[in-house]
Amino acid sequence: MDLRELYQDVIVDHNRSPRNFRKLTGATRTQEGFNPLCGDKLMLYLKLDGDRISDVSFEGSGCAISVASASLMSQNVKGKTVAEAEQLFNRMRALLTGDGQEIDLESLGNLAALSGVSEYPSRVKCASLCWHALKAALQPPSQVRPTEVSTE
Amino acid sequence: MSTVRTPRAAPLPTTTGFDVLRWRRDFPVLQQSVHGKPLVYLDNAATAQKPQSVIDAVARYYRETNANVHRGVHALSECATAQYEAARDKVRSFIHAASVREIVFTRGTTESLNLVAQSYGRSLLRAGDEIIVSHMEHHSNIVPWQLLAGQLRLDIKVIPITDEGTLVPGAYAHLLSSRTRLVALAHVSNALGTVNPVREMIALAHRHHAIVVLDGAQAVPHLPVDVRELDCDFYAFSAHKMFGPTGIGVLYAKQALLEEMPPWQGGGDMIRTVRFSGSTWNELPHKFEAGTPHIAGAIGLGAAVDYLQNVGMDRIAGHDQELLAYGTEQLLRVKGLKLVGTAPAKVGVLSFVMDGIHPHDIGTIVDQEGVAIRTGHHCAMPVMERFGIPATARASLAFYNTRDDIDALVAALGKVREVFR
Repeated sequence: MDLRELYQDVIVDHNRSPRNFRKLTGATRTQEGFNPLCGDKLMLYLKLDGDRISDVSFEGSGCAISVASASLMSQNVKGKTVAEAEQLFNRMRALLTGDGQEIDLESLGNLAALSGVSEYPSRVKCASLCWHALKAALQPPSQVRPTEVSTE
Repeated sequence: MSTVRTPRAAPLPTTTGFDVLRWRRDFPVLQQSVHGKPLVYLDNAATAQKPQSVIDAVARYYRETNANVHRGVHALSECATAQYEAARDKVRSFIHAASVREIVFTRGTTESLNLVAQSYGRSLLRAGDEIIVSHMEHHSNIVPWQLLAGQLRLDIKVIPITDEGTLVPGAYAHLLSSRTRLVALAHVSNALGTVNPVREMIALAHRHHAIVVLDGAQAVPHLPVDVRELDCDFYAFSAHKMFGPTGIGVLYAKQALLEEMPPWQGGGDMIRTVRFSGSTWNELPHKFEAGTPHIAGAIGLGAAVDYLQNVGMDRIAGHDQELLAYGTEQLLRVKGLKLVGTAPAKVGVLSFVMDGIHPHDIGTIVDQEGVAIRTGHHCAMPVMERFGIPATARASLAFYNTRDDIDALVAALGKVREVFR
């Protein structure tokens, strides 16, 4: 296994300069995420206009994989509807856990840079943290949501 | 004014004649490659590798002896009982306890500490009593006391630590009072490597009529331990960190305390008589060993003790200090690396962080070079909080590690820099 398959240039770049890394004023949903294994912490902010994610941002600290994953996610879910974002969550879960599903990497755009993660079982949770936070944040407020999602 | 002295660095004992390569050959796991590179195992504080003699002792027990202890009149059961009790005596001798009645087999350090909390603590402490712990404790020496404090409405006081990772001088003496009933302390910190001045601290606690529980999990693989010389009341440790099997550990306790304490778990083996009108307890230490014990584990632990006695704990401690000095020097040459835990009195634990690179990434990248280290909070979240970091990378040494292992780590850290260039 070549380390460069995990630490692709896109990952290193997004870790160094995470996109949408800020608190979002006017957020309509917030969700905390925590990885107790390594201490990665994340706060995800969403602004929903009707059914559409009009803005998204995050804050937190974590390893390169977790920060890059959140940064890439923020770029890719902006402008999507809730249903589209949930669909993306399902595809990313399949990609990160390597559950055998055929995934069209090209259609994932820069998220395909996370394709090496499934070869590193101990790092799957790092990359998944933000996606679980997204999934929880997309639940309708009428449903009881966890105050914090955890990868454990 | 504190009566606890800040520990001074011990002069480096000479290790001339310590033939590390000879001992290293006894460990089958170390003879392999990982990701195509020779394994460099530097995660000994998490668990240590097992010499062939320990593996053989466990296998031989199952192959030739396997029977339940303390029950049968048949030959195998008598043999199993003899081996199990012989292991207890080896442990007694290893930590210089007075009697085998003071050696209770448990599942490990965590269970030993919980036993003290729930048997001694729950029956002999009262609301308003105080327990002192330090800021550098492993979760297993914090949470059992928190559970107990919740049950009995006790107060827990915490000895702060310095930026070096030593106990703040004077703070402990200041916290001790007539309300202090129990002091629970790491002999050696798992996250920082600090060796605490436990002998002086025990003497001070005893002057306040408080008892002292030492978490010795990280001390026994590195240092000779003499519980009578320390005068500790309880001493807890695990076999797997001292080259023995997982799932077996020890609680040493002064006999008078064990006699005073009620049983913790009930079941077979811990009783003398059972009637519906009431039961009576077995003699020490069996009163605290309910159910069929981990017989093979105890025998494996006995074999680990034999092995360590053969290598010599003084020589192990000497090699540890020499390798720690070399590792410290080499790691400090790595650009952007900062050691966490720089106490003058330390064992071979090198916790560190690197500028702008998360420990988890360091761990994955050095693993690809065959170097096994631990990354994370090391079950010591308060330590991480104290230093304002989410995690560290930790290289922890054993007597089978060499300067080459340190060099391999340093080279692997160069790869980390390359990836994040």
